[in-house]
Amino acid sequence: MGSDLRASQPKTSEITAKRVWQQRRSLLQSLTASLLPGRASASGIALGGAVCLHHPLAKASVLTPPQPTGLEPLAAKPSSFSTIEKPTSHRDVVSYNNFYEFGTDKEDPALLAGSLKTRPWTIRMEGEVAKPQTIDIDTLLKLAPMEERIYRMRCVEGWSMVIPWLGYPLSALIKRVEPTGNAKFVEFLTLADRQQMPGLRSSVLQWPYTEGLRLDEAMHPLTLLSFGLYGEVLPKQNGAPVRLVVPWKYGFKSAKSIVRIRFVEKQPINSWMQSAPREYGFYSNVNPDVAHPRWSQASERRIGEDGLLSRKRKTLMFNGYADQVAGLYAGMDLRKYF
Amino acid sequence: MGLISLSTRLMSPSQTLKCLVWLLVSFPFVRWVFLISQDQLGANPVEFLTRSSGTWTLVMLAATLSMTPLTRLTGTNLWIAVRQSLGLSCFFYGSLHALCWAWFDQGLDPDLMADDLITRPFIALGMAAWLILSILAASSPRFAKRRLGRRWKPLHRSIYALAILVVLHYLWHKAGKNDFSEAGPWSALLIALLLFRVRFAKVRQWFHARGSHEG
Repeated sequence: MGSDLRASQPKTSEITAKRVWQQRRSLLQSLTASLLPGRASASGIALGGAVCLHHPLAKASVLTPPQPTGLEPLAAKPSSFSTIEKPTSHRDVVSYNNFYEFGTDKEDPALLAGSLKTRPWTIRMEGEVAKPQTIDIDTLLKLAPMEERIYRMRCVEGWSMVIPWLGYPLSALIKRVEPTGNAKFVEFLTLADRQQMPGLRSSVLQWPYTEGLRLDEAMHPLTLLSFGLYGEVLPKQNGAPVRLVVPWKYGFKSAKSIVRIRFVEKQPINSWMQSAPREYGFYSNVNPDVAHPRWSQASERRIGEDGLLSRKRKTLMFNGYADQVAGLYAGMDLRKYF
Repeated sequence: MGLISLSTRLMSPSQTLKCLVWLLVSFPFVRWVFLISQDQLGANPVEFLTRSSGTWTLVMLAATLSMTPLTRLTGTNLWIAVRQSLGLSCFFYGSLHALCWAWFDQGLDPDLMADDLITRPFIALGMAAWLILSILAASSPRFAKRRLGRRWKPLHRSIYALAILVVLHYLWHKAGKNDFSEAGPWSALLIALLLFRVRFAKVRQWFHARGSHEG
């Protein structure tokens, strides 16, 4: 129990003034204590796993990198959906990436993504919509107020990060094109240009990288269309200039460098499902109870936090966002629809 | 130059080669110690150490398996003198690789480890390979060799079974993502070394058969 507590308790001291987080913590503890009578010892875990805090003590400014990066700053307001856990260091967030268009090693994207051209950039919105259209990146950037959302990110490979994304709910964009009654699913297609992306020579996946969500998942307030992180526009290796962030699903669902969004009636086949249907499902919700065929998903290693000798931390159902999203899957067998 | 002539005066060629090999095989470990001391293992140190130890186990295994072909090709027995050192370093890095899994990944939890061995066939293959490797390492010292007598050679031929297990372990691990860019060439190299041995044994057999007919 002791180690669980230590592992899941965030070190808020590094993001917020001590007075503020102490207030916030006591607020939460009293809250969890009132919700869970007789289970006081669980409060620490509830806190660590904790979920969106509609805290009245929202901080004033967004997180920024420790050193100048040369990337354009992006103004945003804080969001009550942010976790209070300690964000993963900027260095790790921008240097440890899965972006197979630039190679399969974690270091490849940071080394090779320089060739990606992020301007001009458009997203074509098409399919079962009343107003199909192509939207320019500058228009997209101004479509809705930018928010900083500090989300947990759980990779299917068993590691996790806490990332301060900048963006706005995808629903803002979807509403603009007015999906018809036939639109049941949303398909995201990403850039596949051999000139810019050396990884396309590999046959690991079929290109373009494709992902999909159910329309109600895509419309969920947690689902973010992201344009930046750490107070700046997205670094190329993180999916510039525009990507998806779906915090309760494994990281690969959050498609990078999106160029087309299609509204369709039938469930799309995402790239990983096409490549290994036994290992990767359409839903891919973070679920500690459903093991990947080649490894357990019950625990995870938080990058930069869990050292060589520390125990891995427990993975939470829906990556800790169960309160917000469990309703989307009511009555569904999540083993079957993994 | 002076150093080499000094060393050849003090040591036989096989001893010089042995020293050189020990220096080479300790390089990865020294590099790790340096990287750990400088906090340069990257964002995911466990992944780094697990993969790095696995890769170096492969290097040492391929090197060990190359010594007999090199002897045949060059006609000198010098290589056999370092085969044991290479085999033992293969055991050393293989053990670190197994330890990375048991300690860093599984937290030495027996239940977790048992579950992992059952549900992940490539882990079971790796463990089987490590068991064979341990038996070979344990029977490597001179006194063990003497005690085993005639049985030593057939026992140590199980390095070929070990190589096949290692190839399967690596390919299976990479199969999920269809990524054979590294596992493919390594497997090809190990299989080539195995084929060389099989073919050589056949050719020798053929020569022996012919020789006895003529005699």
